[in-house]
Amino acid sequence: MEPAAACCKRFGFVVFTFLFLSVTILGCSAQKAPAKPTITVWHWMTDREPAFQALSEQYEALSGIKVAFELYAPSDAYSQKVRAAAQGANLPDIFGILGEKRDFASFVKAGHILDLTPFMEENAGAWKNSLFAKSLAVNEFTPGNSYGVAPGIYGVPIDVMTIQMLYNKDLFRQLGLNPEKPPQTFDEFLSVGAKIKEANMQGLVSGWGEMWMIDCLANNYAFNIMGKDKVMATLRGEVPYTDPDWVKVLTLFEQMQKSGVLASGLVTMVNKTAEQLFANNKAVFAFNGSWCVNVYKAMNPNLNYGAMLPPKASDNYPMAIWGGAGSSFMVNARSPRKEEAVKFLRWLTASQQQAYLAEETKNLPANKESLSKIPSLLAQFAKNMDQTTHPNIWGISEFSQVIEAFDKGIQSIIIGEKTPEQVAEEVQKVKERELSRSRGSN
Amino acid sequence: MRIRDTLENYVFVLPAVVIFSVFYIIPFVWVVQLGLYEWDGILPTKIFVGLRNFHEIVFQDKIWWQSMWQAGYITLIALTLQNALAFLLAWACDREIRLKNFYRLIFFIPPVLSEVVVGLVWQWILDGHYGLLNHWLSAIGLGGLARNWLADPATALTAVAVVHSWKGFGWGFLIFLAGLQTIPKELYEAARVDGANAWSSFTRVTIPLMIPVAMLVGILTVLGTMQAFVLIIAMTGGGPAYHTQVPVLRILAAMRGSSRFGYACAQGITFGIILMAISFIQYRFSRKARQV
Repeated sequence: MEPAAACCKRFGFVVFTFLFLSVTILGCSAQKAPAKPTITVWHWMTDREPAFQALSEQYEALSGIKVAFELYAPSDAYSQKVRAAAQGANLPDIFGILGEKRDFASFVKAGHILDLTPFMEENAGAWKNSLFAKSLAVNEFTPGNSYGVAPGIYGVPIDVMTIQMLYNKDLFRQLGLNPEKPPQTFDEFLSVGAKIKEANMQGLVSGWGEMWMIDCLANNYAFNIMGKDKVMATLRGEVPYTDPDWVKVLTLFEQMQKSGVLASGLVTMVNKTAEQLFANNKAVFAFNGSWCVNVYKAMNPNLNYGAMLPPKASDNYPMAIWGGAGSSFMVNARSPRKEEAVKFLRWLTASQQQAYLAEETKNLPANKESLSKIPSLLAQFAKNMDQTTHPNIWGISEFSQVIEAFDKGIQSIIIGEKTPEQVAEEVQKVKERELSRSRGSN
Repeated sequence: MRIRDTLENYVFVLPAVVIFSVFYIIPFVWVVQLGLYEWDGILPTKIFVGLRNFHEIVFQDKIWWQSMWQAGYITLIALTLQNALAFLLAWACDREIRLKNFYRLIFFIPPVLSEVVVGLVWQWILDGHYGLLNHWLSAIGLGGLARNWLADPATALTAVAVVHSWKGFGWGFLIFLAGLQTIPKELYEAARVDGANAWSSFTRVTIPLMIPVAMLVGILTVLGTMQAFVLIIAMTGGGPAYHTQVPVLRILAAMRGSSRFGYACAQGITFGIILMAISFIQYRFSRKARQV
């Protein structure tokens, strides 16, 4: 045998022996205790990220379980990410859904979301009872719902919100109005418009360029003028949008425009611009959600304002405002860590953590027991929680195309391009088209 | 040996073919396939609807066709205003003027800026309450013309089109400048010897030789402008009402607003076919122009 070949053979033997011994020794050594799982949470709430991180650290110290909050913003990008992850079946342990109840139902039907009802009802419903019923309703599918989803609670509300009107007390004084007495009726509201016009000020600002807020105010007045049952009948296709009550709702926007109570450029205004204008004392009224308390505080800590219900246009039915769960988390039904995820959400929505979140983010807590610890302006928003409604609790959704035609139609009324009657007819045409398309699909 | 060489060649091409197939061909086939279905983007089940989505786009979706006309209007402004400006500036910078490199740099700044930033800046300029444009108009005694440019249906689309042209003229400027620099100087000298003045040189030498370049710029302008949407989202969000809606915004609305992924794909295919048809017509037109 040649010396070089012998040398190679010896080297190979040494290497083999070393590897064999290494594997054997490592294999026989005591097994390391399995690491505690990490729960992954996807969310879009930029303003809550620091508070979530702080709570995650607290939870790890308490339970040894790491919770990784992953922020994906803006909300549009987040929404796309969640849908793409659902298609690839790689959703995180906990996530939120942005969209209509119809989308939520599709996620449930596709098996992506865990039914939390058994957990909510443990210990005589202690968890369920600690949360605002309205906020839970947004995450609930009731028996016989129109989406065909098995009844149950499928999400945990993290906070609640209401969308109301705000008025600037300093500008009220300048207009010669009593800052402690905001308008109660629609006529009083319109009369403020005349004063605003005279003083060359800007009236109501809101994110009506983004449309959903127009829909929100229009629905408030639909409930006030015709009541919930008739609104629901319209959604079912039993009452047309050309009904005089709907025309009356649309006419309110025409009246607001003519009175001067709406700020100019409102139809293309995004909510961020509206918030800046109101926070900087440039607008008398705003239509915004309870999250605005935090926003206004950051923009102008000295802003002197109050919250009010939209002035009622009719005495027939009570005024309803949109509200309920501001944001909710769902548990991935396919996650191997779903039990741990549920435990974490139970902890996150407990009184102490909710009070911390409310304090840090100035959002209304979902836990009723935390309400005593919130700032007074937020309490004003919370006061009207009983009057809230939300499309997600109606059990039936309007077609998106109809909502778009309705909201764009209101924009057309405001810019003086169409009459309420024309818009009502156009919306009804879209409704009929969608109804017939939906019957065709079924 | 020859087979081995051929195989080797294929191996070299393979990575590019795989990447192109995975990221272009397969998604394209899926988009075409999805256009035949009704699907909400979440449920694993899709309902086959055949050509119903296409039928709805062509015969029922008036807003879609309104958005097409509006994109066409923005394109028309871009083809005329934007490209005329680009050509004139390129022609000026091609001449022996002082600081011409500085101007070249300045003219190319708008295209490299983010569309969102440009949109937001112009939104402030055109704002009805505190906008600079209204302020300047008032300062020069034309306060009567002041308005909310982006919220007024009479001006919103034109305002968006003008801003789009301002943002995009730099590309045309660069291509025109490159085209002008390829024209041999001898041609101008020969024209001068033959008694041509500056105007004659421009119309008889510069313009004919720039036609192929203008056609290229025209095709790029049509394709780029018809697909514009970021600037519009930043400036108006597609409003007021439907006055600044363009096809890409309608596709987004179908996908994100209505959760109709199949319909959105059908809109995308229809839009693609229309763009290809326009490009084909332009190409034929440019061939004829070259022959003339």
